Amino acid sequence: MSSRRDGSAQPPLFAVRGQIGRRQYWALALIGLVVPLLLWWAVSASGMVTKTFMPGPVHVWDRAVLWFTEDDLMADIGISVYRVVAGWGLSALIAIPLGLAIGTYRPVQALLEPLTDFIRYMPAVAFIPLVMLWIGIAESSKIAIIWIGTFFQMVLMVAEDVRRVPMAQIEAAQTMGARRGEIVDLVLLQSAKPAILDTLRVTMGWAWTYLVVAELVAANSGLGYSILKAQRFLQTDKIFAGIIIIGLIGLLLDQLFRALHRKAFPWLWLR
Amino acid sequence: MSTPKIQLRKVRKVFGEGGQAVVALQDIDLDVRANEFVTLVGASGCGKSTLLRVVGGLEYRSAGEVLVDGRSVIGPGSDRAMVFQHYSLYPWLNVMENIKFSRRLRANRGQFTSAEVEAASGRAEALLNLMGLPAAALKYPNQLSGGMQQRVAIARALLSRPQVLLMDEPFGALDAQTREVMHDLILHVFRLERATILFVTHDVEEAIYLGQRVVLMAPRPGRVDTVYEVPLPAQRQQDMKHTPEFLALKREILARIRETSGMKTDLDLLEKLNRPAAPAP
Repeated sequence: MSSRRDGSAQPPLFAVRGQIGRRQYWALALIGLVVPLLLWWAVSASGMVTKTFMPGPVHVWDRAVLWFTEDDLMADIGISVYRVVAGWGLSALIAIPLGLAIGTYRPVQALLEPLTDFIRYMPAVAFIPLVMLWIGIAESSKIAIIWIGTFFQMVLMVAEDVRRVPMAQIEAAQTMGARRGEIVDLVLLQSAKPAILDTLRVTMGWAWTYLVVAELVAANSGLGYSILKAQRFLQTDKIFAGIIIIGLIGLLLDQLFRALHRKAFPWLWLR
Repeated sequence: MSTPKIQLRKVRKVFGEGGQAVVALQDIDLDVRANEFVTLVGASGCGKSTLLRVVGGLEYRSAGEVLVDGRSVIGPGSDRAMVFQHYSLYPWLNVMENIKFSRRLRANRGQFTSAEVEAASGRAEALLNLMGLPAAALKYPNQLSGGMQQRVAIARALLSRPQVLLMDEPFGALDAQTREVMHDLILHVFRLERATILFVTHDVEEAIYLGQRVVLMAPRPGRVDTVYEVPLPAQRQQDMKHTPEFLALKREILARIRETSGMKTDLDLLEKLNRPAAPAP
């Protein structure tokens, strides 16, 4: 704490769990984003590193524009978003009811949780040959890889979200005469909903990290595929552009989820 | 005398299995009359909460019999409402929706005529007023103080006119001033609703002030040690807490809790701390 001449006292900037002003926050955030960009630009402009290894921001931007005008960037984005959302959505469709059952009923937990724990440590990449053998090389195989990458984690996270519902909420319903199904519907699901939406948000991020892996499987379009192809032709600038675009889409989706969270659960934000 | 509202006969509860089994309740015998307010106190681990939960049907007894209105308890039911210490309100529902929650359940639906439904919603309003929360109907639980949240929880428990109200340290997390207000409120509710109340607390003063009888339980194994009749008029007032009868009973119960708690080392430590320093030779 520092004393000022007028007698008021200010907390230090680096107080543990301390608060900072809105303006300070955005100034620091801007520095955090701009400084790496400047460093990147400086390193590439200095000629210390050849363009093949590290193209500058301007080059990457130009390549992205070229990709957009000549190479149908939007189609690549479209198909990749489709694959990610489909694989992730399919995971959610099965993982939410299953996680709810695991988090609610101990016998279901005993039956399925050790198995899921075992499978989730298996690398999704290693499933590629099997997926090609079983499903072929059509669109569904790419979706299957993303599904394998997200599903098993998601089940366990949803189960944990359901288990975190306070026992008192469940028991209060029981002493009001609620039956088993009503407790699941009216208490467990309602109470766990915000946490489940957060789980969906986090796993959506993971789904994107499996995109490049999924598009290893006989793809001829998509952001991941384009990155892999650019690698073959040593188009480092396109690899940079692809990675940054994936990052931006992820950031956008994350913000959409956060907005949905605030909209769907206003009672969480009341004071 | 009519049959007791709640009858406990040789109730036994064992947690765990085999060598790790712990006897939480051993041969509990207790009768609670209709419209009686009985409080349960005792050192931690004496099984007072477990006993309440067995009556509520939230724990299954290992042996013995629990009868409410002469019928054996086989699980939780809306005839025995329960108020918990905290975290029992539904944060996604506003105060009114929380109070009316039991209306959504099949167990309390169907058998109601439209007139009864109307009467029920009038009751929700009345309970909200009784709890002094008419302005909070549309607020959400995390906008309320701890004391207000507990008032909502009590109103919710009372909505379907339960014959038995089970309260598990409902004011344990509240500050002393709020607790005093809640004491008079719950006594008012008790007179108005004519319910039978079983109330668990670790606060001896609270137990005496609220209860017509105080049941003292002892740990290892959990058992009923002594049942005290409270020598105070039915209509309690805060200044009764300073009467000689009140203080004498409080002293007696506290002493007995200390004797039964089995925390000899703690008592020795206290004594050592309180002993004046030995004079220098």
